[in-house]
Amino acid sequence: MLKKLDEIKQQAVEELDKIENKADLESLRVAKLGKKGVITSILKQMGSLSAEERPIVGQKANQIRSEIDALIKQKQAELQEAEQNLKLEMETIDVTIPGKEAEIGHTHPLSIVLDEVKDIFRGMGFDIVEGPEVEWDYYNFEALNIPKGHPARDTQDTFYITENMLLRTQTSPVQIRTMEKRKPPFRVIAPGRVYRSDAVDATHSPLFHQIEGLVLDEGITMADLKGTLETFAKKLYGEETKTRFRPHHFPFTEPSCEMDVSCFKCGGKGCSMCKGEGWIEILGGGMVHPKVLKNGGVDTDKFSGFAFGIGLERLVMFRFGIDDMRLLYENNIKFLEQF
Amino acid sequence: MILSKRWLNDYCKVEADDREFFEKMTLSGSKVECWEKEGEELKNIVLGKVLSLEKHPDSDHLWICQIDIGADEPVQIVTGAQNLKEGDYVPAALHKSVVAGGQKITRGKLRGVMSNGMLCSLGELGLTVNDFPNAIEDGIMVIDDECDLTLGKDIRDVLRFNDTKYEFEITSNRSDCLSVTGLAREAAATFGTDFEMPKPEVKGGHGDVNDFLKVKIHEPSLCYRYCGAVVENVRIKQSPLWLRERLRASGVRPINNIVDITNFVMLELGQPMHAFDLRYLEGNEVNVRRAAKGETITTLDGEERDLSEDMLVIADDKKPVAVAGVMGGEYSGIMDDTTTIVFESACFNGFSVRSTAKTLGMRTESSSRYEKELNPESCMLCLTRALELVQTLDAGDVVNGTVDVFPTPKEPVKLPLDADWINKFIGIELSEQEMTAILQKIGFTVENGIITAPYFRNDIEHQADISEEIARFYGFDKIPDWKLRGVAEAMLTDEQEFDKLLESTMRSIGYSEISTFSFISPKAYDKIALAPDSELRKSIVISNPLGEDTSVMRTTAIPSMLEVIARNYNYRTPAAKFYENATTYASNGTEELPDENKMLTFGEYGAGSDFYTAKGAVEALFKVLGIENARFTALKNNPTFHPGRTAEISIDGEKIGVIGEIHPKVCKNYKIGAKTYIGYLSWNELFKFKNTNKVYKQLPKFPALTRDLAVVCDKKTEVAVLENAIRQGAGKMLEKVELFDIFEGAQVGAGKKSVAFSLVLRSPERTLTDSEADNALNKALEALKAIGAVIRS
Repeated sequence: MLKKLDEIKQQAVEELDKIENKADLESLRVAKLGKKGVITSILKQMGSLSAEERPIVGQKANQIRSEIDALIKQKQAELQEAEQNLKLEMETIDVTIPGKEAEIGHTHPLSIVLDEVKDIFRGMGFDIVEGPEVEWDYYNFEALNIPKGHPARDTQDTFYITENMLLRTQTSPVQIRTMEKRKPPFRVIAPGRVYRSDAVDATHSPLFHQIEGLVLDEGITMADLKGTLETFAKKLYGEETKTRFRPHHFPFTEPSCEMDVSCFKCGGKGCSMCKGEGWIEILGGGMVHPKVLKNGGVDTDKFSGFAFGIGLERLVMFRFGIDDMRLLYENNIKFLEQF
Repeated sequence: MILSKRWLNDYCKVEADDREFFEKMTLSGSKVECWEKEGEELKNIVLGKVLSLEKHPDSDHLWICQIDIGADEPVQIVTGAQNLKEGDYVPAALHKSVVAGGQKITRGKLRGVMSNGMLCSLGELGLTVNDFPNAIEDGIMVIDDECDLTLGKDIRDVLRFNDTKYEFEITSNRSDCLSVTGLAREAAATFGTDFEMPKPEVKGGHGDVNDFLKVKIHEPSLCYRYCGAVVENVRIKQSPLWLRERLRASGVRPINNIVDITNFVMLELGQPMHAFDLRYLEGNEVNVRRAAKGETITTLDGEERDLSEDMLVIADDKKPVAVAGVMGGEYSGIMDDTTTIVFESACFNGFSVRSTAKTLGMRTESSSRYEKELNPESCMLCLTRALELVQTLDAGDVVNGTVDVFPTPKEPVKLPLDADWINKFIGIELSEQEMTAILQKIGFTVENGIITAPYFRNDIEHQADISEEIARFYGFDKIPDWKLRGVAEAMLTDEQEFDKLLESTMRSIGYSEISTFSFISPKAYDKIALAPDSELRKSIVISNPLGEDTSVMRTTAIPSMLEVIARNYNYRTPAAKFYENATTYASNGTEELPDENKMLTFGEYGAGSDFYTAKGAVEALFKVLGIENARFTALKNNPTFHPGRTAEISIDGEKIGVIGEIHPKVCKNYKIGAKTYIGYLSWNELFKFKNTNKVYKQLPKFPALTRDLAVVCDKKTEVAVLENAIRQGAGKMLEKVELFDIFEGAQVGAGKKSVAFSLVLRSPERTLTDSEADNALNKALEALKAIGAVIRS
């Protein structure tokens, strides 16, 4: 009988090997382990055994039963896995089909660069302030040492509302307004829209953006101006950027300068972008003119300062290689989507 | 300002090559924009002499010339020109040469006869008859002995057509640098060489100028000084080569000796000069006065111009003969039969000249100099220089003496040399001696610690101005770079934080940022169909706009948004969503600045956009901003919008914005063929009502029960009204009510609709029983019934 049991197991192993679906497996389970199965029938014959043999055969029968049961369960798992694999195979999709579009709005390139500029200056302790775009002549010109009759006031360049009210031609009036509002020391930048009577073309727009900067403190020098603006240039264009300061003239700073950066395309060798000069002008600045400080109510014996103005459009056009300023105000979605 | 290198070297010797000159001058404050070498494109053109001419055997107009170019053998060149004779000196473009315009010349046969090049005309060299008045325009240039006639020499060297022209950008404070001597002074200081200012002298003449000329300044505030002199027996002819070449390289056309002298002095010393023909100066008088009302003048360019009382003129006894500092009158100019001239060297008020030139629409070389405010001190020097040149050029006989009317000479500016202050201001450490040396180089005098500014430096007023002079010649590049000391906080304000949140939210829900002009056309208000009496039409108006399209400051950003949508629609973009945190400008009259208010304006069109997507965007924004009590109410009377598809948005009864479909009429005005949805929200109101200080609410501990209901009501009953009834009826256990279906059709009857809601009920204290939930549902149904919405059977 023990031998028979071994045979049953052997046979079950062989049969299991051939089974390929769940139904056959179930029939096999019933045939082997069911109430009318072979093991049960062996157990039924136990009565004919001796008292010594009975427990031995009984034990063996149970062992074989659980072994077969385990084999069946294993087979079942295998079949299930195969079945699932087949199902997954059937579910295969084409992963090269484009994804469903997630709707994302784009930041205007002017804002992208402006945010960067703001971050750089905030990192150096500058607050961000604002001033009105429709401004008094006094703040835009008079207080900035541009008296009536100065060539810079030429109405060719300025949009007037009344004799005394105008669209600011620069963000510099915010210098005076800030001096009136705050007591030095302070460091501020004032970004915003400015207006000049220039017809629209690839490099001109009657409306553009500037970022004004003003630092007032005791003992501020030209060296502070250079260090600050050089840091700005390196943060904006990379550590390897070189800067060059050239004397220039603005009525509200003295000394005045313009800052050039080494051309980011050719690195200073000279190319079409920098018109062969190797340098690109990015901002103007200088030590705040004593008359301007006085107009702002600042004690010139105690405080000195520097100021600067950056043209945002230029930075943006250089940054993204945009060759026509009109694109910035056209707002073609195909343009905006690129940023 | 174009500077001739040759001319520069008359006053200061600069050894630097062009690149170095360009860089160093730029770094010391005189920005060189670019430079150009005269005749740069000419190649392999030499001076030749015509040895013989013979008629071409097969042509009635060609000549076969043997040209001596200083080589062993003459060169045979065939020419079609008819103006040559034996012995003429000519420019010979040899085999493999390049003439002006870039044309290449090579050897070749002309009707069977070999021509080893080409003889050149003025034009083929890039010159004009003004440069060489003895040559002719249409024919070969015949070169006379004012040039170096060494055969075979490069033609550019022969003609001295080999100068370098530097173009400078001169800043408005440095009118003294609008002259060769001004730039020479800067160059000498930059390169550490010597500079010599011309010291003109007039040798004794005849007669007395006062017998010829009386000068009176009637407006001393507009004319600071007027110097005059007289030259008799004027001999009009061409100027010598040295003078013509200097004018040419400065971009000025040589005309005749007298005109050239005035231009030469202007370029050399920066002072515009004028020469009048004394014949036409009635009464021999010069009156510097305002034009009388109704007076006119025909200017040199032949145009008759109306003058007004705010214009300054030079007038004789009877009539204006010149617009002061701008242009002379027709008859005052120099003609071939002119015999006696008056030289004017005057200084006029810059603002007056500029506004006159602008009003008359004639900005001239003279006016553009005066408008930068010249210095009266140099008038006499320039007049003397002109008279000296008359004698040098034998252009006439100078009458003894000059007339000089100079009502109020200015005192030179004096400042103490405060080396300590300057060092601290710039961040350098220079000694007083070093500073003095720099200042003296550029014409300042320093004595006993007192600086005297030279007369030509109008821009020096303050210690800071001195510091600039020191800094730029010390070298901006040598000033150290310091990091700012001290601590600063640099926090964003609440408003700035709010802006960031607002804009990032708009982008995260699919709207792209745009940037549009703040000025619009007043017609835009008609295009968006504003009522004729709308407050929004009261714009700030620009008095001198570029054009009507950009002539008023917008009071609403809707036209800007519609233009952007129209443009994109026109570019065949099927759908797009935009927003702008747009500034609008509300007029407060002429005595107060306008209110500049930001309006968050957004717009969309195309598949996937409808009223509810736009509204969903507003709701999403409100969620982020913590605004919970916003109400949307139907708005029927905003003419920009669809009367049935527009909502006014309010919070606590305050109107904060509008959202809706744009009226088809307005869409048509903008040629937008798609349904367009626009909303705007007042930035100030959003900021006021925002609640971004969020506080954690405990997550629910007990399960919710859900009950659905459907009611039939009048088609016009708003969902908000139904929701409101449900809220009131169901009481405080109602956590959420959500619309899930609206149905209209025969089943519910005409003019009716079925609306279905899902109610979420929950208690924070315990698990609700089914009967409690049913009870709440029934109460909600009762409340609905009270407003005419009955349960759908």
